[in-house]
Amino acid sequence: MVLIKLFLAFLKIGAFTFGGGYAMIAMIQAEAESQGWLTQEELVDFVALSESTPGPLAVNMATFVGMRTCGVLGAIIATLGIILPSFIIILIIAKCFERYEKSKAVGGIMSGLKPAVVGMIGAAFISVARAVFFPSGVSVSAFSDVSFWVFLGLSAAASVLAFRKMHPIKIILFSAVIGIGAGYGLGL
Amino acid sequence: MNKNLELFLTFMKIGAFTFGGGYAMIPLIQKEVCENKKWLGEKDISDIVAISESTPGPIAINAATFVGYKTSGFLGACMATLGVVLPSFLIISLISLILTQFQSIRAVRYAFMGIRAAVLALILKALWMMFHQVKKKKKPFSYAIIGLSLVLTAFLNIDAVFVIIGCGLFGLFWSLLNRKEQSNGTD
Repeated sequence: MVLIKLFLAFLKIGAFTFGGGYAMIAMIQAEAESQGWLTQEELVDFVALSESTPGPLAVNMATFVGMRTCGVLGAIIATLGIILPSFIIILIIAKCFERYEKSKAVGGIMSGLKPAVVGMIGAAFISVARAVFFPSGVSVSAFSDVSFWVFLGLSAAASVLAFRKMHPIKIILFSAVIGIGAGYGLGL
Repeated sequence: MNKNLELFLTFMKIGAFTFGGGYAMIPLIQKEVCENKKWLGEKDISDIVAISESTPGPIAINAATFVGYKTSGFLGACMATLGVVLPSFLIISLISLILTQFQSIRAVRYAFMGIRAAVLALILKALWMMFHQVKKKKKPFSYAIIGLSLVLTAFLNIDAVFVIIGCGLFGLFWSLLNRKEQSNGTD
């Protein structure tokens, strides 16, 4: 049943992602694609919308995917799934915090997890880059497409703005305007 | 006012007014919880950040549950978590409904083509910031794990769960091994 699958998928994502929303992208993508819930492009759109609406990225994305697959009930189930592992783990830790913080085992595990998260965000970057630049598959002919160079330029400009600490919402709005201009201008 | 209700309202406010996820919430949580309500001290906030980072799941949820529990027990944890989630949930549900109506409009489609390019930039920045944290320690071990988890998830399509568990265990064994070597060295 889809609702149970949705719940289990987000339970798994909630239980195994560290370091915030961006680290979740690779995992949400794998789950959503294997179940046929979302296309790669929809997922990227959801990341943008989650970033431009208030609240935790992870909760926003869970609500989106749930809503898209099964309506309001799906949204509730997916959000519940992503919250539950955190909630339970934190309750346990809050009860016996002193021991947890000083535990060297936790330090050791984290020394492996932090770089793993970097690698996973890198994987998300690669798959999103593929979806943005090569929507119809990686091929030599893609490079002769004008839109490829337009979006490459736009990504580069957006990156510069992001590293200059412009607010993500402003960057998203800026890119939306350029996208509309390029779309009509190039007659895509 | 009832403390649980107050927790709910405070975290609802935090959930409704922070953009960009958990890290952006920490200063707001600090202001509301330490300065305005005086539920917790400054030291608690740094503990909360440390714990939220080293446990799975969304940072915002981890922080809300922790503050709620410390302030008012299990019910407090429920109320704070519910509060931080509710605004997101309502706003996204609404947008999701509207989006379906608007997606057929050509300008909207073009706008999203541009926005996807921006998302790439935002991911790149998140990537750089996380990499910077890891880079500080200058361990070849860390770089090896970055490369390994990248290749496994991006190119070999290994389930992220296994990558996380594997890298966590690897980190644990590595640190145990290093400690042994260090203690041998001092003998």
